Amino acid sequence: MIVLEQVSKRFADGTVALDAISLTIPRGAVFGIIGRSGAGKSTLLRLFNGLERPSAGVVRVDGQSLEATGAAGLRAVRRRVGMIFQSFGLLANRTLAGNVALPLELAGVSTVERRARVAELLERVGLADKAGVYPAHLSGGQRQRIGIARALASRPDVLLCDEATSALDPETTRAVLTLLGDLNRELGLTIVLITHEMSVVRAVCTQVAVLDRGRVVESGTVDAVLGGARHAATLALLGDAA
Amino acid sequence: MSGLFAHVVWGDVAIATRETLVMLAASLLLTILSGVPLGVLLFLTDRGQLAERAWLNRLAGSVVNVLRSIPFVILLIVMIPVTLRIVGTSLGVAGAIPPLVVAAAPFYARLVEQALRDVPRTTIEAAQAMGATRWQIVTKALLPEALPGLVSGATVTAVALVSFTAMAGVVGAGGLGDLAIRYGYQRFQTDVMLVTVVLMVVLVQLIQYGGDQLARRLDHR
Repeated sequence: MIVLEQVSKRFADGTVALDAISLTIPRGAVFGIIGRSGAGKSTLLRLFNGLERPSAGVVRVDGQSLEATGAAGLRAVRRRVGMIFQSFGLLANRTLAGNVALPLELAGVSTVERRARVAELLERVGLADKAGVYPAHLSGGQRQRIGIARALASRPDVLLCDEATSALDPETTRAVLTLLGDLNRELGLTIVLITHEMSVVRAVCTQVAVLDRGRVVESGTVDAVLGGARHAATLALLGDAA
Repeated sequence: MSGLFAHVVWGDVAIATRETLVMLAASLLLTILSGVPLGVLLFLTDRGQLAERAWLNRLAGSVVNVLRSIPFVILLIVMIPVTLRIVGTSLGVAGAIPPLVVAAAPFYARLVEQALRDVPRTTIEAAQAMGATRWQIVTKALLPEALPGLVSGATVTAVALVSFTAMAGVVGAGGLGDLAIRYGYQRFQTDVMLVTVVLMVVLVQLIQYGGDQLARRLDHR
């Protein structure tokens, strides 16, 4: 469970990216955070694994405050919170197997154990036959599958998705979202995803928060928020989809 | 004695070639060993990077800029006392190596810094998100991803070092440049000049070709 208590983020130049946000992401949820570009989504998502630190307020992951824990504690939290990216963030000079093995290498997992785990993960995302290939030879959808396999290597409880399907075509997007949904059910993986597309929220999320100019303007179950949307930002995002 | 290469003593040319190669190899190795850490420091301490330290970045940047702005011929002479301290002589191949490294390392460090800047931001972020320590980010993500750029930079630096080794001939460093100056220039033996210049051109071509091939082989982008 991830809890944000009155979290604000002000950048050095004085702009307020996030303004007193309180949010609870329950275990096992597929939690969507939707907003237009510039709404503060990326900053918000990066608070969950300490890539961004709040100017005020507290972020708790399973009860542990990220602000109170030291550098080593933060790294331990990051091993339990995987992350995937819009531009994938794969290492171009490592093979697919090498990319998936990286988090295990960092954690000091033995070579034998690593090999078994990598094979298992490549199998799970349907790319077992491409272990020795470099990322440049893959399609966007395949790259994101490798991103997911890599994020899952250290058996995290939470997966953060930073516009994970925004660079993909509609068909590939559906396939990746289906994979995320499956992982949520099979592993009990909590998923937090940010997006600017209502269709992504509809396809996979159980809960949603609407972010507008650094504030959460509506939140709740997908049915409740989309069904009874009242805020202009939500209506605008719904209008885009229609 | 007549003939096309009347003044050329081929035994001396062989010795000079070997001296140039030794100077080049030793100074390139030491340049890489000192330039990579310096380049990493310049990159990491810069604004918005993993170890942002404005004062350290400015300090390292100033040292690099000052060293890079001193003409190599001047550096050779200014460094004589330091060189004497380090290798016990300011002459010969050994005497040339410290000034060569001091001239080339800051240059290479800037190329390293640039190669690291070319690594996509998301790659670094991904490593951070995996729980990597700063050291792991540098050794497992940044340097391996920048490797083709590091090799290209080392190639450019090696070519610059070839011309530096020739200048080092001025202070009696030995090598092809020394041969060219003492026989080709001071004694008007144009054939000696021609042979040394051709050898240096061949050397530069080989370095550039080998470096390009290696960089291409290492690049999987």
